[in-house]
Amino acid sequence: MSEILLRIDGIEVKAKEGMTVLDAARSAGISIPTLCHHEKLEPYGACRLCLVELDMRGWTRLVVSCLYPVAKDLVVTTRSEKIDRIRKTILELLLAHAPDAFDLQELAQEYGADRDRFEKEASFCIHCGLCVRYCAEVKKKHAVGFVNRGASREISFIPEVAAQECWNCKECFPLCPTEALQAAYVLTEALLSPHLHSQSSQTR
Amino acid sequence: MARINSPDDLERIRQEIRSRRDPNEPCVSICVGAGCLASGAGEVLSAFEAEIEKQGLKAEVDTKGTGCPGFCERGPVVVIYPEEICYLQVKPEDVPEIVSQTLEEKKLVDRLLYVDPSTGEKATHEYDIPFYKNQERIIIGSNIKIDPKSIDDYLAIGGYSALAKALLQMTSDQVLEEVKKSNLRGRGGGGFPAGRKWEGSRNAPEPIKYVIVNADEGDPGAFMDRALLEGNPHSILEGLTIGAYAVGSHEGYIYVRQEYPLAVENVTIAIKQAEEYGLLGKDILGSGFDFVVKVHKGAGAFVCGESTALMTALEGRAGEPRPKYIRSNVVGLWGRPSVLNNVETWANVPLIINNGADWFTQFGTDGSKGTKIFSLVGKINNTGLVEVPMGGTLRHIIYQIGGGIPGGKKFKAVQTGGPSGGCLPEELLDLPVGFDELTKAGSMMGSGGMIVMDEDTCMVDVARYFLNFLTDESCGKCVPCREGIRQMLKTLTNITQGKGREGDIELLEQLAEVAGEASLCALGKSAPNPFLSTLKYFRDEYEAHIKEKRCPALSCKELIAFHIDPEKCRACTICDRKCPSDAIKGGKSLIHIIDQEKCTKCGTCFEVCPPRYDAVRKISGEPVPPPIPEEARTIVRKRKQK
Repeated sequence: MSEILLRIDGIEVKAKEGMTVLDAARSAGISIPTLCHHEKLEPYGACRLCLVELDMRGWTRLVVSCLYPVAKDLVVTTRSEKIDRIRKTILELLLAHAPDAFDLQELAQEYGADRDRFEKEASFCIHCGLCVRYCAEVKKKHAVGFVNRGASREISFIPEVAAQECWNCKECFPLCPTEALQAAYVLTEALLSPHLHSQSSQTR
Repeated sequence: MARINSPDDLERIRQEIRSRRDPNEPCVSICVGAGCLASGAGEVLSAFEAEIEKQGLKAEVDTKGTGCPGFCERGPVVVIYPEEICYLQVKPEDVPEIVSQTLEEKKLVDRLLYVDPSTGEKATHEYDIPFYKNQERIIIGSNIKIDPKSIDDYLAIGGYSALAKALLQMTSDQVLEEVKKSNLRGRGGGGFPAGRKWEGSRNAPEPIKYVIVNADEGDPGAFMDRALLEGNPHSILEGLTIGAYAVGSHEGYIYVRQEYPLAVENVTIAIKQAEEYGLLGKDILGSGFDFVVKVHKGAGAFVCGESTALMTALEGRAGEPRPKYIRSNVVGLWGRPSVLNNVETWANVPLIINNGADWFTQFGTDGSKGTKIFSLVGKINNTGLVEVPMGGTLRHIIYQIGGGIPGGKKFKAVQTGGPSGGCLPEELLDLPVGFDELTKAGSMMGSGGMIVMDEDTCMVDVARYFLNFLTDESCGKCVPCREGIRQMLKTLTNITQGKGREGDIELLEQLAEVAGEASLCALGKSAPNPFLSTLKYFRDEYEAHIKEKRCPALSCKELIAFHIDPEKCRACTICDRKCPSDAIKGGKSLIHIIDQEKCTKCGTCFEVCPPRYDAVRKISGEPVPPPIPEEARTIVRKRKQK
C-alpha cells in the first residue's frame, strides 16, 4: 500500500491508503475526542465530536475524522474556535441525557461544557450505538437494536434473541460510554417482561 | 401487443395508433389524478360513461381519464375535445347537461366555465385561463393529453422517440454530453448538475451500476412528483432508460412512497406495458441495450428522500443516511455507482434528447435552465401545480398564476423548499426563482414546494411547525440533528407560548450552527433554515414574543385574548350560542362579555360575529379591558324613525 503524507495541526503525518483522518491522527499521537468510535467496529459518524477542519485551498470544510479518508496533501486542523464551540454544544446536548457519565464529564471539562445548559431529560442513553453495532458486527447476534426514530429513538433488546444469547455474553456492557449499567438495565427490562416490552415499543 | 424491434417498428406502430384516432372525434377527458379523484372525478367519469351510453353516443364520443393538469383548486377538471372546452368543479349532476348541451348541441354550459375574478370574463378554453396562460408547461402539459394507463396514448404524442434517438442515433457519450450541455440541475433539492452526476457514475470503475428515481416526495405541501408519476409514468421510464444508457447501467429502481398508491399502480402498469413492447428488457429497439426497472415502495419516512438514506432503505435496512465523503454516484446502492435523480429531473431528459440542449437552455437563467414545477399551496386563490421557466419572479407565480391571496388579506411570506427551505418576505417578491437566487436569500428551491402565508400567520409559529415536523422525521442517528433540533423545537415552543426568555434567540442561533454545520446529512444541515430565514426577515416578531409576550400576527393562542368591544356589540347572541365552552355572558339586549377564565381561545366568537358589527377582536401584548359593569350592559335600541 502506498504511503500518503498529510498535515494534521501543522505536523506532517504518514498514513496508509484506506486509513481515516482519525486513524492517521491517533497514529501520530494527536488526540481527537470520540464517543461512538470503536476500533473493532465500522466507523459510524453519529456523535460528530471528532469533527475537524479541512483546508481546501483557502476555505475550510468541516468533516468527521472517523469517516473521512486520508488523501495526499490534506491539511487538517483538529482544534479551532469553531470546532471547540460545536463540540461544547454537542457535549451539553448529551449531558442533558447522561449528566453523570464519566466520559462526558471529562470531555465537558476540557471544552468548558455546562452540564446544566439544557433541561435534564434522563434517558441515560446517548445513542452512540456501540452496543447495537458490537452485537451486530462482532457477535453477529443482533440481540439489541434501535427502535423508533428522531427524538424518540432508543435502544431495545429483542427479548427472543436476548433470552438465548445475552446470558453468557454481556460484552456490550463495558462498551457503554455513559453508564455500564445502562445496557444491563434495558436488557433486564426486556427479559423480565418480554411481552409487555414488545407491546410498549409497538404502541409508542 | 407486438414487440417493437426497431425505431422503424416504433414509428409504424405510432402511425397505426394515430390512424385509429380521429382528432375531430369528440372526447371527454377528465383529470383522474389524486387531487381530482378526491373531489369526485371518479364519479364524474362514471356519470359521463353512463350518460353517453344512455344517449346512444357511445360510438361517437370517447371518454378518457387523464393525468393531473395542475388546477387542483377547481377540480374535477373536464376538457371536451376537439373544441378544448374546459369545465371546472364538475359534479356528476352536471353531466347530463354537459352531454345534451355541449356534446349534442355544441353549446357551452356557462356556469361551469372559469370566471376571471377581476374582470368577470369567462374563459372557454384552458389556455384562456390566467392560471394556465402564464405558465410554460413543457413537462406537466402532457399529463392532460394522455391516459396514464395507456402506453398507446404516450406513443401517440411522440413517446419513446427520444429513447429511439438516444439508443440508435447517438452514442452514450453523446447522450451524456447533451445532458451536460443542457445544464439540467437536479429537481429534488440540491440542484446538482445531472450530467456531472451521470459522468461520475459512468467513469467509476465498478461495472455494475444503477439508476434510481427518487419518488419519495415528502415535503408537506409538495405533490408535483406524484402528479408526474401518476399522470405520465412513461415519460419517467423513458428518461430513466436514456440515463441508464448514458451511464452504462442495466438495472433501475423507482423508489416511491407507499402513500402514493395511484403512482405505484400507474408506474407498475407502465413498466409492464413497456416490457411487452420491448421498450424495457433485453435488446431495446434492437439496439443491443438491456435495461430493467423495479418498483420499490418506501415506508413513508421523510429522511428517505435523502439519497444515501434512500439507498440504505432500498438495500432493505432502516433508512438512515451515511456520510457522502465518497459520493453515491461512485459508491452507492450495494456499494456500486448509483445515479439517483428526482422524478421531475428524469422527466426532463426525453425533452432534452428530442429537442436538443440548445432548445432546453432557452428557458431559465444563467445558472438554472429549463422550467420548474411548483406546488402552490397555502393562502392562495389558485392552489395547484404550476410550471414556469426558471428565473420568473415569485410575484409572477403568486399573483399572475396563483391569483393572489384570498379574502382580501395581505401577503406576508412564501415558504419555498419544504421543511429545509425558508420563508421569504414581501420585499423579495421580485426575486427571480432559481437554485442560486433562492439559496442566497436564505431559502432553497428544494423540490418546489411553495407555501403562501398571509398576515394572520405567525412566523415564529411557522418555524416551530417545521422543526416539529423535522424532530419526528429525523432518523435520530447523529447528535446535532436529533438533539439539536429537539432543543430548538423546545425553545421555539416556549417562545410561542409566552415563555420565551432573553437569550433564546442567541441559543437558537448556536443550536442552528451546530445542526447546520455538524449534522450527518442534508436533513439536519438544512433543518435550521426555517428558523434562520424567519429570524432574518421577521426578527421583530421573535422579539415581540420574547420581550412583550405579544404575537403580532395574533395567532399564538397562549399570547392572545378575545374581547368583545362594548361599543360595537349589538347583543345578537350569535357568539353566545356558538361558544363551545360557555365562556360568553350574553343575554337579550345585554352587551356580551367573554369570561377570560373559561375562554379556550378557539376563535369561534371571532368568526361568527357578523361583519356589520365586527365586535369581537383579538388582543395580544396588552391587558384585556375589564368587563363593563353590569348596569352598563343594557343596550337602548333606537327605533327606526319613519
